[in-house]
Amino acid sequence: MSRLRVDWRASLGLVGTVVKYLSATLLVPLVVALSHGADAPTFAAAFAITVGIGVALERVDPDPDLGAREGFLMVALTWLTVALVGTMPYLLAGFFGGESTLAHPVNALFESMSGFTTTGATVMGDISLDRHSHALLLWRQLTQWLGGMGIVVLAVAILPELSVGGAQLMDAEAPGPGIEKLTPRIAETARVLWLAYLGFTLVEMGLLYGLHLAGLAPNMDFFNAVSHPLTTMPTGGFSPEARSIEAFSAAVQWVIIPFMIAAGTNFALFWHALNGEPERFVRDTEFRSYTGIIGVLTAVVAALLFVGTGIGSDPAAVPPIVGEFEDAARHAAFQVVSIVTTTGYASMDFNAWSAPAKYLLLFAMFIGGSAGSTGGAIKIVRWVVVLKSLRRELFTTVHPAAVSPVRLGGRVVGERAIRGIYAFTLLYLVFFSVATILIVVDTWRIGYEVTAFEAMSAVAATLGNVGPAFGTAGPMNSYLQFPRTSKLLMTFLMWLGRLEILPVLVLLTPAYWRT
Amino acid sequence: MEIHLPAPANIRYGSGAVHVRVVIVGAGEVGSSIAASLEGDHEVVVIDNDAERVNDLTYSLDVLTIEGDGASLSTLREAGIEAADLLIASTDDDETNIVACATAKTASDAFTVARVKQTNYLDTWQAAGGAFGVDFIVSSNLLAAQTMVRVIGLPAARDVDVFAEGRVMMAEFGVPEGSPVAGRTVADADRFTELTFAALLRDDDIVIPEGETRIEVGDELVVIGSPENTRTFAGDLTPGRDEDGRDVVIVGGSEVAVEVARLLEDRGLHPRLIERDPARARELAERLADTTVMASDATDRAFLDREHVGDADVVIAALGSDEKNLLASLLASRIGVARTVALVETAEYTDLFEAVGVGAAVNPRDATAEEIIRFTRDGDTENVAIVDHDRAEVLEIEIDGDSMLAGRPIRESAADLPARVTIGAITRDGTFVTPRGDTVVEVGDHVVVFAETDVIDAVAGTI
Repeated sequence: MSRLRVDWRASLGLVGTVVKYLSATLLVPLVVALSHGADAPTFAAAFAITVGIGVALERVDPDPDLGAREGFLMVALTWLTVALVGTMPYLLAGFFGGESTLAHPVNALFESMSGFTTTGATVMGDISLDRHSHALLLWRQLTQWLGGMGIVVLAVAILPELSVGGAQLMDAEAPGPGIEKLTPRIAETARVLWLAYLGFTLVEMGLLYGLHLAGLAPNMDFFNAVSHPLTTMPTGGFSPEARSIEAFSAAVQWVIIPFMIAAGTNFALFWHALNGEPERFVRDTEFRSYTGIIGVLTAVVAALLFVGTGIGSDPAAVPPIVGEFEDAARHAAFQVVSIVTTTGYASMDFNAWSAPAKYLLLFAMFIGGSAGSTGGAIKIVRWVVVLKSLRRELFTTVHPAAVSPVRLGGRVVGERAIRGIYAFTLLYLVFFSVATILIVVDTWRIGYEVTAFEAMSAVAATLGNVGPAFGTAGPMNSYLQFPRTSKLLMTFLMWLGRLEILPVLVLLTPAYWRT
Repeated sequence: MEIHLPAPANIRYGSGAVHVRVVIVGAGEVGSSIAASLEGDHEVVVIDNDAERVNDLTYSLDVLTIEGDGASLSTLREAGIEAADLLIASTDDDETNIVACATAKTASDAFTVARVKQTNYLDTWQAAGGAFGVDFIVSSNLLAAQTMVRVIGLPAARDVDVFAEGRVMMAEFGVPEGSPVAGRTVADADRFTELTFAALLRDDDIVIPEGETRIEVGDELVVIGSPENTRTFAGDLTPGRDEDGRDVVIVGGSEVAVEVARLLEDRGLHPRLIERDPARARELAERLADTTVMASDATDRAFLDREHVGDADVVIAALGSDEKNLLASLLASRIGVARTVALVETAEYTDLFEAVGVGAAVNPRDATAEEIIRFTRDGDTENVAIVDHDRAEVLEIEIDGDSMLAGRPIRESAADLPARVTIGAITRDGTFVTPRGDTVVEVGDHVVVFAETDVIDAVAGTI
């Protein structure tokens, strides 16, 4: 066997450092657990074990020297390790206390990966404060918030040893093709992004709790007002309420919509706006396409709901929508924004919608947020480049000698970048198709029938980090009934989707490991 | 982009009374043209590092010549830069010109003029409001491109210039075969109130047209008038042509071609550009967002047919060499292109090109010399255009109290003017005044005059 050319020890050592620092976040639920008197041993033990794992991994290479190849490995391993370590509270809660579906390792890993990758697909059987402690449900929310802007980005912002290779690490992790360095120092850029992220989260918390105090949101108590922004801004979708956002008033739903839109926007734009260039929003092709797509889809779905063709089940079984302008517009906007940004909240059970409306949502799952946002799936900018280069293909068919570069807002997109975008989009669709077939076969194997539509939606929702799908995996249900093998496959898909396939896939090529 | 700067403060222009000392670096076509136009009134020193050129110039012009490097301080000192009022750096090398200006500034207060080809130095200079120790910068690529774009805006035109802030237009037309104007008299063709037939260039002669002068095919016609009337006359000359060449094909990917494409894009047009080298084509395509760039050999007939280049209104040839430009223009005419405009690096070829059927030939050096002379011209000259490679000029002059035209009707003052001078147009307080025999010229009027080169100095001095 030829010698390995990748210094995996360096990667692992750095993963250890990240895990060690990340363990500090377990102190938040620990404090909550202590104050509520539930699950305190769980989080104390989880904290101790996580620190132990972090320190142990760090020992593998105390002085890691990270090259380009080690960077890929480090990013991929970080997400895998963090998801594994994140299962600790779920497993320990099952060990110390009450019965929970999450006590099983596969379910715990699914929930943890779904959390950190901001997917929002759940296998928690009974989501309620009666069955689970405040601390555990808060941890679930917190995993999404940490994963949203990126664990590696956070590490780059905080750890000085990552300052040199940081740009490449963030590149491997950040959503969209390539990162935009906002400041000369990458750590400064990472800090700016995290501060903007933190700012939005705090503002949303203030607004939601303000609504509650004003009497406009009776169910939005302090715990909920803190929990939901933690999963809105990372386009996560976890909610401590089993009925998701349906449990809250119309005012709450309207307030959450703009925050989901902001979460699906390129955060660099906010930075430019704060630096006195708000016109960047208008000039940015991706932002214009993003808002345009949301606007058109919302209008179509709202019209379908308003006239009633969008409702599949008995109209009496759903909240009043048909003929109600405000309700139709709100539910359409909420679901469209939630799916396009890959958040995964629901203001109503869209399982009750008719086929046309459902199919619109299914295809919206492939759109995704903007590059540099916290959203998942393929991303607007890639679709824009794909469509523009397809249009170029048509043009050069008629004019074979024409040289026409693809432009994005005046800037030329390099041919190499276009190739990368095609490769990603194609790989995404290949993984989608193959995984759909595997899920259909796997569920058929144990005699648990899902329709092709449901299987497709479940794969699209996990690979795209959306969360809820249709049928049994719908917004008010869970993925619990899928066979364990399917759940492991979906866990893999979430990991793959969050890191945008290539950083994971490159690890599977022999060329990566050798010269 | 026309650049107008106030006359340099340290040069006192006053009806040719004061001689200024001018140092010209570079005795190429541009430098020699400028030297020739300044020698009469000024002390001119020309520096060039080519012994032969220096030698030639010593005998052909009344100037002092120095052989040496114009960018070195010792040579500039030898040329008396300390006492000079004006330095014009007009070599073929952009960097040399800029360094020459900067060097001159270290030893002298002379006003410096630099000729550059690339527009990036011009952009920097403009953005900074002056840079590199250069007080005035002229980009030959941009000027050539501007001339080409002006020419294609007017059917049959070979040269177009605007005066008096765009209120007066000077155009040089070739009279094409089959033109309805050919064979008619000037009085017959002139149905315009705001248009003057300034001159007819026939073979080697300059004819000042009278009412009975007959216009013939092959004549070159210089008209001065309001832009509207000039355009309408261009339509009369070549009826049935799209007035505004909207479908433009640029052959060649030189820097001049880039500037032409850019100027056309600014007008909202979508020109096509053909460049042979794929890498260069890609680079151009990236720089020119609204231009369709095609990587192909422009002499490939199959390609030209497939892209329907023959249907284009105008083909502009801006390839690397004059021969290729001539070939490309002739090929374009052969496949049916209505008009061709070619870039000509060698000024002597301009007439030859037009004689064999190229619609218009534009020489970047002519355009550059014109711009620099415009800037250095003595007296109250505001603007100048060179006609037919320096056989004649069109000047815009602001009338002051000393002018022999002031306060007199034109019929009276015309007798005192040299022969072969035409007053083409007058603007008064921003409005166009058609000059007639009884028109009285007032102080403050802007007069646009056509004059042959050998009487220019006399005209500029007396008006």
